[in-house]
Amino acid sequence: MLFELRNVGLDRGGRAVLDRFSAGIPAGATAIVGPSGAGKSTLLRLLNRLADPDRGGISYRGRPLGAYEPLALRREVSLVPQLPALLEGTVETNLRYAAELAAEAPAVEQTLARAGLDRSFAGRDVTKLSVGEQQRAMLARALAQRPAVLLLDEPTSALDHAARDAVEATLAELRRESDLSIVLVSHDPEQARRLGDRVLEMPA
Amino acid sequence: MSTSIHVELWQVATSLVLVALAAAISYWQRADLERDIAVATARSIVQLTLVGYAIKLIFDVDSIWLVLLLLAVMVFFGAITARHRAEKVPGSFGPLLIALALAGASTLGLVVALGIFDPTPRYLVPVGGMVIGNAMTASAVALNRLGDEMADARARIEATLALGATAREAAAPTVRRSLRSGMITLVDSTKTTGLIFFPGTMVGMLLAGASPTDAVRLQLILLYTLLGSVSISALVATLLAYRNFFTPAAQLREF
Repeated sequence: MLFELRNVGLDRGGRAVLDRFSAGIPAGATAIVGPSGAGKSTLLRLLNRLADPDRGGISYRGRPLGAYEPLALRREVSLVPQLPALLEGTVETNLRYAAELAAEAPAVEQTLARAGLDRSFAGRDVTKLSVGEQQRAMLARALAQRPAVLLLDEPTSALDHAARDAVEATLAELRRESDLSIVLVSHDPEQARRLGDRVLEMPA
Repeated sequence: MSTSIHVELWQVATSLVLVALAAAISYWQRADLERDIAVATARSIVQLTLVGYAIKLIFDVDSIWLVLLLLAVMVFFGAITARHRAEKVPGSFGPLLIALALAGASTLGLVVALGIFDPTPRYLVPVGGMVIGNAMTASAVALNRLGDEMADARARIEATLALGATAREAAAPTVRRSLRSGMITLVDSTKTTGLIFFPGTMVGMLLAGASPTDAVRLQLILLYTLLGSVSISALVATLLAYRNFFTPAAQLREF
């Protein structure tokens, strides 16, 4: 099992965002669906330790998540947030920054191709990209670290139909890579079925 | 610099005419500041008179320990005052206290060690007051900016942490901008000094009958000393305070 969650709970502002949630997430592509407020984004943040649960336990590859060094864990289990938030500069600057953190060679062109972007994107200023392009630059930046697991938070929520189809096609390609697992959060059950080997439903 | 002038009480009292003018303008234009002007005037009389007696006492006793005590009190109250401007920064008092103490100690220590000023109350008290006062403003501005920037840049900082960056790496652009905003005011006023305004020390010395050359030289020394103290305090305050936004596991705290 890639991740195992046992009775996980997390409170924010005196309210339980996640309560007694248990699930197993195997390797491969898992789509998580549920109504808004179900704690889907919170779940992803817990998986790469941007937050820690108040109750319960999470393990990754059989070891408690807390036993991993958080910075190393985040390079292996990479989270792409719902809204793009790139560093100032070009797409290449962002890719190189991420690759350097993970001590990976910055294979810029190759990484862009994996994220479905052509190489002309390397030199483009991130502030001049559309939201869809920024979202893909975020995906490319995560891939530049050669993670074992990709956590995607609503990767197409801010996109129009054409951009959504393009991102979905890219994700379908990535799904075929045997050494990469994907955990994807979506509010759209149709999309979850299209992109996941299995669908995990979160209660409201 | 042994020149001195004597100011009569009637001169001070007469200058209150201009306070009355300020109050009249406020009343006429309904700026609703008359009460504040009255309070400000009363406080300035009481506070400066008390400080005047305190400084006279310190000069008379002529003890370096008393000077250090006064400077320590200034640092403490400076940190308390600056904390109000840095409300969005969790636990800002400690960083501010250390920043002001370090800025005061290092710049005053340096000007004394380099032989620029003698370690006597006549130099250390007024220069120390200016150094700590400017350090307070600079660190307050820097931390005020830090609080705003951390809130604005939350998404970007978390996205950077998600790549496995350290808290320091993720906050670096924010820390840089905050440091800059703490330092920029004094850098700018140093650029325009003499052109757009005459700094206080120089004005005071000219009024007291010192030669313009001496007034300018002392003013330059003070400006450069202040640049040093402002940089140190803004740097120390931001570098210590940004950590309070993160947990030891490099998670951004709720704030």
